[in-house]
Amino acid sequence: MAPVSGAVETAPVASVHSFGSENPADFPVPGGREEEWRFTPLRRLRGLHDEAPLRGVPGGRPLSAGDGSSAQPGDGLAFAWDAAPEVTVSFAQRDVASPAASTFLPADRVSARAFAAATQALVVTVPKEAVASRPTVITVTGDSASWGARTSPPGPPHAAEGTDRLAQDGAVAGHVVIDVQPYGRATVVLDQRGSATYADNVEIVVGDGGDLEVVSIADWADDAVQVSAHHATLGRDAHLRHVAVTLGGSLVRLSPSVRYAGPGGDAELYGITFATVSSNAGGQHLEHRLFVDHDVPNCRSLVRYKSAVSGDGAHVVWIGDVLIRPEATGTETYEYNRNLVLSDKARADSVPNLEILTGEVAGAGHASANGRLEEEHLFYLMARGISEAEARRLVIRGFFGELIDKISVPELRERVAAAIERELA
Amino acid sequence: MSTLEIRDLHAAVTEKDGSLREILRGVNLTVADGQTHAIMGPNGSGKSTLAYAVAGHPKYTVTAGSVTLDGQDVLAMGVDARARAGLFLAMQYPVEVPGVSVSNFLRTAVTAVRGEPPKLREFMKEMRGAMGELSIDSKFAERSLNEGFSGGEKKRHEILQMEMLNPKIAILDETDSGLDVDALKIVSQGINRFAAQPGHGVLLITHYTRILRYVKPDFVHVFVGGRIVEEGGPELADVLESEGYERFTAAATA
Repeated sequence: MAPVSGAVETAPVASVHSFGSENPADFPVPGGREEEWRFTPLRRLRGLHDEAPLRGVPGGRPLSAGDGSSAQPGDGLAFAWDAAPEVTVSFAQRDVASPAASTFLPADRVSARAFAAATQALVVTVPKEAVASRPTVITVTGDSASWGARTSPPGPPHAAEGTDRLAQDGAVAGHVVIDVQPYGRATVVLDQRGSATYADNVEIVVGDGGDLEVVSIADWADDAVQVSAHHATLGRDAHLRHVAVTLGGSLVRLSPSVRYAGPGGDAELYGITFATVSSNAGGQHLEHRLFVDHDVPNCRSLVRYKSAVSGDGAHVVWIGDVLIRPEATGTETYEYNRNLVLSDKARADSVPNLEILTGEVAGAGHASANGRLEEEHLFYLMARGISEAEARRLVIRGFFGELIDKISVPELRERVAAAIERELA
Repeated sequence: MSTLEIRDLHAAVTEKDGSLREILRGVNLTVADGQTHAIMGPNGSGKSTLAYAVAGHPKYTVTAGSVTLDGQDVLAMGVDARARAGLFLAMQYPVEVPGVSVSNFLRTAVTAVRGEPPKLREFMKEMRGAMGELSIDSKFAERSLNEGFSGGEKKRHEILQMEMLNPKIAILDETDSGLDVDALKIVSQGINRFAAQPGHGVLLITHYTRILRYVKPDFVHVFVGGRIVEEGGPELADVLESEGYERFTAAATA
């Protein structure tokens, strides 16, 4: 694969990520030229970045000890959950839900607007020293058609084509807190599906010695739009494995970020993205903007994202910002991005930024490349009688295989592999 | 009865600037089942190009001539169809395919070539047996194809594929290069096993006579300047062993 040339952002990492606020008014409405917005087609955001009304996901009650749901007719988007017996899931007022150790602060206008609008937070708590015996699954289901049931009298169904039905219906704001208390261990799955215009924040805290795996799947319907921020705070010797699987939606922009609250923190951030073209919503825009902020000594971060992009107008964007501040001596970091461009008019942008402000790092590097399927791979497989279509499937499945294997839940691995097969079809 | 017939084959490689450079200049060769042919020639003589052109590598363009397998026009077939028709090319430099396991790859290829998926249990037994014959550790079945394999391991896997895909004609492109003596013996035994079965023909492309101590050719062809310049029996290999290619290269450039 050819290295990405000239892939240099104009502003230093430190200045791009220097500001955060809970107040949306502190962020001007982006015009599209800003460093952090220049890849995002603002016209397709349905006003999330501007003034489009946002309504918070209303709270709900547990259905039984482990299960629960916020589902009410007309909510537009609902949470449902199936929790491990050691883990609690419940709604709380957002303004008191944030764990004391959290370093979350909205970093862009959409995040701040979601934060302000989501008055209820879904809180996943892994108590101190608790070891979850199975994954906790949070299902986020967009049901934009149900909006009409609450907000307007019954009328004829919206036309499937033509005007943007979701834009008329309005947008939903969500807030999820995942609080792993010291030495707790758990796997939390965020399974996002259906139709929605959704702005959300996921606030993650892994306490001292804690170990958390988050698998966030964006398996939205073709017309969904999501702008999401996941922010993790890692305590001393805490470990986070975050896997972002982004396959569905018309536009998904996910910004995972990590900060360390004590030495010895270890963050692994993996991503699997497949952007294609759907018949009713056009080319997908799937964007991931990572930021790892090392300001504590002796922490580790590993970022590994792969994507495939196929079809006229499909677009993937990967921004990998890593900042090693002067106090973060002994940092070890590596970030890696590979994008397979499967057709001529598909587009991939890949921008790694590593800014090192200390002379004492244990290791720091990055690699980023866009490429096509290797002709020699296809020839080798076809020379064994395998058809070209099957050879392409094998190579692409193989490309994502190492990242799919990072997911600890076998059923999820199978589901992701099957979903990639469908994207190839 | 199987016959690979190569008639007056001319082929060119596509250069980086898009231009064509002729490498094969009229190759004539017939390989029938029950026969083992050795093509020997100096570096750059076009031996590997012959193998790739017959297999259908997109980098090479056939500009004249014909290739048939049992009368079927090979050049009209796609790469995969040639393999399904019964041609096999053991590559000089097998590529690494990350994330595709040896067993998954073999099963897919066997399914394609045989036209139906083998029963899993029988397939596993067959694969383990074939791996055992080639002294390949069974752990390799779950490793990514060729990834991190040593040169000798890659070549043994090429022979493994040949034995499992059971082609009519196998073209072995410098399968002996980079092998130590032990690996060379194992690979040669595999070739001999294959060649001894009815309906199989072998075209062995090599630079050195070393492998011919273990695999006895019926015919030896000297390949210089993109074509065959001399043919004979196994004794021709002995001449090359003692005298080298100078006589032929001098004649070709004279």
